[in-house]
Amino acid sequence: MTTETTTVHHDDVGVPNEKIVLRVSDLKIETNSGNEILHGVNFALSRGEILGLVGESGSGKTTAGLACMGHFREGLKFASGSVSLWPRGDDTAVEVVELDEVAVRSLRGSRIAYIPQDPALSLNPAMRVGEQIREILDIHGFGDSDAERVERVSAVLVDVGLPGDKAYQKRWPHQLSGGQQQRIGIAMAFAMYPDVLILDEPTTGLDVSTQAVVLDTIRQMTVANNVAGLYITHDLAVIKDISDRVAVMLRGDLVEEGPVTAVLEDPQHEYTKMLMSAVPDLAGRKTIGEGAAAEPEPEPKATHILVSDGPDEKDSAGDERASAGELDWAVASAGDERASVEERGRAAASATAPLLETTDVALAYGKAQILDGINLTLEPGDCTLLLGESGSGKTTLSRCVAGLNDDYSGAVRLRGTELAKSTRKRTNEQRVGIQYVFQSPFSSLNPRRSIGQSLTVPLEMSGEGTAGTRKAQVEEALDAVRLGRSFYHRRPGDLSGGERQRAAIARALVNQPSVLVCDEITSALDVSVQASIIGLLRTLRAEHQLAMLFVTHNIALSRHIADNLAVLNKGKIVDYGPTSEVLESPKHEYTRTLIADVPKF
Amino acid sequence: MSTNTNNLDELKSSAVDGGEVPKESQTTYTPFFKRVLAQKQGKIGLTLTIIILLLAFCGPLLLPWVTGSTATEFVAKPFSPHGLFGSDNLGRDVLSRFIAGGLTLIVYSVLATALGMILGAIVGMLAAYVGGAFDAIIMRLNDVILAIPQLVFALLAITVLGPQGWVLVTVIGITHAPRIARVARSATLGVITEDYILAAEMYAMPRWKVLLRELLPNITGPLSVEAGLRLTYSIGYIASLSFLGLGLQPPAADWGLMINENRIALSIQPWGVLLPVIAIALLTIGTNLLADSFARATASTSVEA
Amino acid sequence: MFGKVIGRRLIFSAFILIAVSLLVFGATLLLPGDAARAILGQQATPERIAALNEQLGLNQPAWQRYFSWLGGLFVGDFGTSTASGGSVAQLLGERIGNSFILMAAAAIISVPLGIGLGVYQALHRGGRRDQAMTGLSLVFAAMPEFVIGIGLIAIFATSVFQILPAVTLAPPGEPVWGRPEQLILPTLTLILVVTPYIVRMMRATMIEVLDSGYVEMARLKGVPEKRVIMRHAVPHALGPVAQVVAIQLAWLAGGVVVVEFLFRYPGLGQALIDAVTYRDVQVVQAISMLVAAVYVVVNLAADVVGILTNPKLRSAA
Repeated sequence: MTTETTTVHHDDVGVPNEKIVLRVSDLKIETNSGNEILHGVNFALSRGEILGLVGESGSGKTTAGLACMGHFREGLKFASGSVSLWPRGDDTAVEVVELDEVAVRSLRGSRIAYIPQDPALSLNPAMRVGEQIREILDIHGFGDSDAERVERVSAVLVDVGLPGDKAYQKRWPHQLSGGQQQRIGIAMAFAMYPDVLILDEPTTGLDVSTQAVVLDTIRQMTVANNVAGLYITHDLAVIKDISDRVAVMLRGDLVEEGPVTAVLEDPQHEYTKMLMSAVPDLAGRKTIGEGAAAEPEPEPKATHILVSDGPDEKDSAGDERASAGELDWAVASAGDERASVEERGRAAASATAPLLETTDVALAYGKAQILDGINLTLEPGDCTLLLGESGSGKTTLSRCVAGLNDDYSGAVRLRGTELAKSTRKRTNEQRVGIQYVFQSPFSSLNPRRSIGQSLTVPLEMSGEGTAGTRKAQVEEALDAVRLGRSFYHRRPGDLSGGERQRAAIARALVNQPSVLVCDEITSALDVSVQASIIGLLRTLRAEHQLAMLFVTHNIALSRHIADNLAVLNKGKIVDYGPTSEVLESPKHEYTRTLIADVPKF
Repeated sequence: MSTNTNNLDELKSSAVDGGEVPKESQTTYTPFFKRVLAQKQGKIGLTLTIIILLLAFCGPLLLPWVTGSTATEFVAKPFSPHGLFGSDNLGRDVLSRFIAGGLTLIVYSVLATALGMILGAIVGMLAAYVGGAFDAIIMRLNDVILAIPQLVFALLAITVLGPQGWVLVTVIGITHAPRIARVARSATLGVITEDYILAAEMYAMPRWKVLLRELLPNITGPLSVEAGLRLTYSIGYIASLSFLGLGLQPPAADWGLMINENRIALSIQPWGVLLPVIAIALLTIGTNLLADSFARATASTSVEA
Repeated sequence: MFGKVIGRRLIFSAFILIAVSLLVFGATLLLPGDAARAILGQQATPERIAALNEQLGLNQPAWQRYFSWLGGLFVGDFGTSTASGGSVAQLLGERIGNSFILMAAAAIISVPLGIGLGVYQALHRGGRRDQAMTGLSLVFAAMPEFVIGIGLIAIFATSVFQILPAVTLAPPGEPVWGRPEQLILPTLTLILVVTPYIVRMMRATMIEVLDSGYVEMARLKGVPEKRVIMRHAVPHALGPVAQVVAIQLAWLAGGVVVVEFLFRYPGLGQALIDAVTYRDVQVVQAISMLVAAVYVVVNLAADVVGILTNPKLRSAA
């Protein structure tokens, strides 16, 4: 890599710098069979600073992080390079990767601490949480007396914002929420006043609001304890929020390193530029997933539509709403059935009824009210973004619409006709009208059947055409999602995540639906793939006049895809209206905190 | 992992070349039997199994040539004019009884395994697919049958119905079924939460088609492992029953029975016991190694590596 | 809470036993129309057949026979042996103890041995010894018990060395432990059959646990390896392994039949084979019920181990 020479530019090797606590130089790691995973990585961690290590899945960022602790996962081994550590009050460096087992063990947990990705998996389920913190103190011989250690356990618990009392310490991990578990993890890490902290995606899987609290705790603890942090993540927004410097990894190489604002605002490396352009921003200033990254075969015409028409279309739609909108949305959320929708004019071709409408959809399992009086409308060519955190009921709602969950009460109407609750009881035409794309492309395609076979199923089941025409239609759909016909005979196992999701979208397109329900379809994908999928959806909307219900937890996507935004909280829609209106003047407290908590980009 | 690498290739090319060009059609799929044979266990297992199968199936064709003198010398020493491996206590040639004695054992074992597999797979898949009360009742009934060891169950059946071939096959097959059903059920439960099953439901695919086309191909791995294991056990049980004198009845030539008949003379004329013992040992080891290599081959497919 | 969970398991166990008793009793209904003749053979005199019918209670309706039989089981009355004419309980009394000795000896050795070997393999996975042990356990798990038994007899009692007795020598009436050497080969056979399963399960479970997030976390906390294994890994592996151990112990109750027959060991198994040969239905029923009871008890024990090693189950549910 040409940029390698510039990676450690805030300090020259050999020149002592008392701020630096840990330096990794030319670190190479390979698999047991000899494949190099890291190709010589350089970075340095300074006291009181957090270095963000960014990369997409498979970039080797976790491997690099764990190597700082002299730990290599099963199947990996150290090849060459050095990891030097300057412990507090020690002038000479320790060479972490050259230490014997006993010496490296005495560093782990005391001088270098680790905060894992998934606290639910990393806390020992058969040990009480207090005991797990206490274990570190015992092993590393904290303090002089038992009493001192007992005191430290409660002190560090209080530090991370948890109750430090005996009763809380006696809890089992499964009795805590995800955010609390992660704070136990943070408490464990800080128990010994470490010099270096390795944080491996500690907020992935937490809700935005929990994430905000945990990030806060980390930030504050790092500064208070004057610790050097390495924050590993795939999320550039979090990096901007928490770190002082950032290093970008690509396939085992560190391609760019520097102060956060410099790197994020003026990226030098191609890859960083592409990553930056792919990250959705709440403000919607840029267009993600257009042009280069989105289109497999650059088609000037299509790109043109995206770049120029995209925002225009949105603006005009927005204006339209702005005039008729206010009253209209208020009425809609009150759950009234009215005919004023035709005023919007866009659905003039179809009857007076909206294309898709849900009225008073509710669902409860026992005491748990999952959905409560949901009213949504969707017009042809419209995209509504349904925003909700985990447990908000957003997937349940989208499955009710698709007829995959028939336990609900209330009605789902397509062009004014009430649909049967179960997809099996709906008519062929109705089934074809609403198509559903699943969250995980790794699960939605049968691994034993070829893409072609899987994509033929919708046609086969609606009994359309002959084998020949079906094949032609499937190939057309594959073209439409920019995969190409050569994918017809391939199996899901040969495809990347993004390619699979395109195939899954193609399956939903084969029989020309009018509504597409997309359930978190980008959440399992890397950010650059997400951008290309979003770009694809925009193109498809334009090409096929598709109405779309786009379900996500990521509020930052809203301006990039949706005309309308519905915010779902605990089964209720708390805010609903044109995207810009909801984002700029949220009516509900929940929406306001949500917008405040999202890392700004 | 492979997906991640592909993914990154894709990313990098899209970043650098400005286009995400789909790769040409290529497949990384290796057929099941090739993955089985790629294992040491698979090779050894298959070889052992084939050797014993050849012996059992083709052996009887050789009978006219190998039969030595009979009823002239009791418990004759091996390597004598009285047959290569001597004769037994009734003066029958050991070698000829040995090569004639494997066929029934193998046929019965395969039939019992097939019966158990079919019953078990159907019950297990249905229990998981239908779920609810049906599942609960089926699994409780399963637990009842599991409470009695298979051999004891077989003995109970033989007491009542007598030691006939169909009784052995049926009772071993039926007692395999709940064990196989458990495996089929848990494999199905692992697959049934996958979205492609839900997708098939969404397109209103007939339920039997969902089971046959979407589910079954995705649980063949665990089922094939189970088939290998159950075949091993079937051979063991049926041979054991013969050995106990409760399987094939004299004067039939059968390995288990032969061991029972000749073990009194073990110290004088060991071959009447050792030949069938070795054959049974090799056969069961062979099928068990095969089952193990099936398991490894299945684990290596789990498509999302 | 804990008591409630156990209580539910107890009720379920009782259900299993009742259902098994129905099954075992129901089997006798499949006896050919003229059961007594089938049992006594064609030459039997009409008087003997009538007497046997009377004795079996075949003149009563089936449900009545079932309840009197089931009631008998509760008070230790297992019925009358048709072959010997004596009480089944008496016939089995001494043999139960003999079989128990054999099974207990095998269990006491193979459970810790299996767990130990499994942990060893998991810690050295992929190594040459691990592979060799995996191969060996596959081989032993494959072979039927009588094949292993005969192999041992050939090696230690007849063809190669002649250091151990090939069969049980104790005359009736003398306790089997009077001559401990006669216990060695039967016990060894059972151990060789049971241990491989425990080893394989323990190895698989341990590997899964060793790859878990909390074991990695423990290592990254600087916990010494010995403590990582004993405190963080092994407890999690014990629950699943307890299930396999239970299945194996229950299997012992069945597998002991063949081994006893092979070594002419005066236990339940030997009695069962005799009973089957003479179609002594009452004895077969009694032994089947005993074996099912063993299954239920060991499974209950495994459940308790599973609950004790899992705080989630312990505190919730």
